[in-house]
Amino acid sequence: MRYALLAMIFAAPLAAEADDTCVACHSGLEGNLQAPAKAFANDIHARFGFSCADCHGGDRNATDPQESMSKARGFVGKIPRTAVPERCARCHSDAALMQKSKPRQRVDQMAQYRTSVHGKRLAGGDTKVATCIDCHSVHDIREVKDPLSPVHPLRIPETCARCHADAAHMAGYKIPTDQFAGYRKSVHWNALAQRGDLSAPSCASCHGNHGAAPPEVASVAAVCGTCHVMMEELYNKSPHQPVFAAMGAAGCVVCHGNHEIREPGPQMLAGPNAVCSQCHEATSVGGIAAAEMGRQITSLEKALDRSDAILSSAQQSGMEVSEALLRQREARENLVKAAVAVHAFQTAAVHKPVAEGLAIAAETYKAGTSALQEKRFRRLGLSVSLIAIALTMLGLWLAIRTIEGRTRKPSELAGR
Amino acid sequence: MATASEPPHDTGWFEERLGLASIRAFLAHKMVPVHAGTMWYYFGGITLFLFVIQVLTGSLLLLYYRPSPSEAYESVQFIMTRVQFGWLIRSIHSWSANLMILAAFIHMFSVVFLRAFRRPRELTWLSGIALLGLALAFGFSGYLLPWNKVSYFATKVGTDMAAAMPAVGHQLARYLRGGNDVGGATLTRFFGFHVAVLPGITTLLLLVHLVLVQKHGMSSPPAVTEEYSRKGMSMPQMPFFPNFFLRELMAWYAALAVLGVLAAIFPWELGAKADPFAPAPAGIRPEWYFLAPFYTLKLIPSHIWLFEGELVGLLGFGLLVLFWVALPFWAVNRQGMERTRWVTGAGVLLLAYLTTFSALGYWR
Repeated sequence: MRYALLAMIFAAPLAAEADDTCVACHSGLEGNLQAPAKAFANDIHARFGFSCADCHGGDRNATDPQESMSKARGFVGKIPRTAVPERCARCHSDAALMQKSKPRQRVDQMAQYRTSVHGKRLAGGDTKVATCIDCHSVHDIREVKDPLSPVHPLRIPETCARCHADAAHMAGYKIPTDQFAGYRKSVHWNALAQRGDLSAPSCASCHGNHGAAPPEVASVAAVCGTCHVMMEELYNKSPHQPVFAAMGAAGCVVCHGNHEIREPGPQMLAGPNAVCSQCHEATSVGGIAAAEMGRQITSLEKALDRSDAILSSAQQSGMEVSEALLRQREARENLVKAAVAVHAFQTAAVHKPVAEGLAIAAETYKAGTSALQEKRFRRLGLSVSLIAIALTMLGLWLAIRTIEGRTRKPSELAGR
Repeated sequence: MATASEPPHDTGWFEERLGLASIRAFLAHKMVPVHAGTMWYYFGGITLFLFVIQVLTGSLLLLYYRPSPSEAYESVQFIMTRVQFGWLIRSIHSWSANLMILAAFIHMFSVVFLRAFRRPRELTWLSGIALLGLALAFGFSGYLLPWNKVSYFATKVGTDMAAAMPAVGHQLARYLRGGNDVGGATLTRFFGFHVAVLPGITTLLLLVHLVLVQKHGMSSPPAVTEEYSRKGMSMPQMPFFPNFFLRELMAWYAALAVLGVLAAIFPWELGAKADPFAPAPAGIRPEWYFLAPFYTLKLIPSHIWLFEGELVGLLGFGLLVLFWVALPFWAVNRQGMERTRWVTGAGVLLLAYLTTFSALGYWR
């Protein structure tokens, strides 16, 4: 009886696993025949009860390989690359089916893919282009939010770069392969990879994911404007917009570049590396206005740095300067506003936030100076107090000596 | 011409009303033993001195402090930045709280090692231990009052520990928090405990403790007394007033100097305002005097046999406290002989445990 019970306990999980004969058999094989079965344990589809047979056909319950992998049971074996998107779309474009497992997931990936460069080329018979499995991997497909997924926000640039940075793979497409190298020098990469900001833009943010395509020249500002809303608004009203549009220049890209977008700053407006100087002579109206905007922003930056330094020194001395530090954040916001206002290409627009920021910076610098003065006052007060305490203690000691000199010393009281 | 009801000519107005002569007579006869460990007697007085500073600075802070989540942090910030010498008052209040607890611990261990808890001073010991518990409660309740990030999450951890206690834990935690989580109700309660309930109980207990100390006088270590007895001599003594009192006064001034240096060079930080929706900052830990049990609980596995590790840890601490409180009763065997080695061993072990685990809790 006891053995029967044990047998029942241990047999139960085996029976559950034996339901998927694909996994059961392939796990016992070697090499490429075993790998998919092993990897599938981590696949999101396995978690929702899908089986190999749901993509490859066949019968997951049949124990005889001839039967489980028979054409009669719909077995198709390895899926051709050209058929992969359609195969995934059988479920992922089925709103009713997706509703059961992932009700919030979109079901237009296939429709988007058809509009992408990848999708169009695949339809034209180019099997080198990316299909679903090239980005999402195969057999160990994970949720996008899983950090191990190749399409997790932190890993997207590297996933795209697997093909787009491979000169051999991209030969024949006549597009550069330095996008990833450029992107890794950009502020966007810095925000994404260094600061871990998952909302920072990667390839898919500008090019789209399933409908990946390069933005057209006319829509560049709109693409950048999805995040940089104010800049886009100001740029569209600025004198540059019609000029760039007439020139066929791609808006933001003219000054900031595309993949290698460096830290913007006053150096873009004035100085030897100024982007404005590419079109505007230094003595022209545009050149003078650019230099003036650069000068104003630089003056605010310097004033803020000066205040930061003195407040930091005061804080390290233990002084309470949190209010001033809070004001300093407001001043930094004015610096951001000034940088945004540059996109109006009007010195007056930049002047307002700069003037406000400078006023706050002067105030915080004064607060820092006062804090350091207060620190010196405290040290002085402490010294005076310590001297007073020391003198009092000396007086007490002398008083004790006098009293004990008049009477017998405590030690003399022994043996009374 | 004086009538029968008039005071004699040689007594003053105060003498007639207060009877100062009897106090003077008491002080003149009160003696303090003099031996190698006499310096440890000063720590009781230092603890009292720091408590008085707590009361004075606390009363001043009350003029500006506002006990609500929306105003507490800002009011402390106002005290630190806008009120004349507000920074000094708050820093002295915070530093003297810590020094007071340190002085109380030193006082407790000196009482143990000098055997001052012996008959008939059991009640003095018990009231002293209760006062130390109250000092810790003062520390725990006062820590939350600035309503900054660290204090908020430390209180969360502390009340979570209370919740893990068997049977009454959940109710106790709810009572302390005034709800299911640390919030505005907790702040109001802790403020009430800190400025009304605890000071009231402490003042009463302190009076009892001081009266008992006066009644039984200063204890002499038995080993020293025996040595003098063998030599046929009596223990050297000094008058409490003015000899010991002036020395005690010097110790208070020394404590004041330490307090001044700490407050002026290391003003107590305010930190960032508490945000209940923000994640707990990394490395959150309670005040140093709670570090030893905190670190011990961290080391205990989540489950020990059939029980939750935290529960086992708390029960262990409960038994340890009970064992320590009952020290005067188990320190003497049935024959009336002192278990000297046991007491010294227990004292050394507890001291070693507290210092080692507090240091580990701080650094790791």
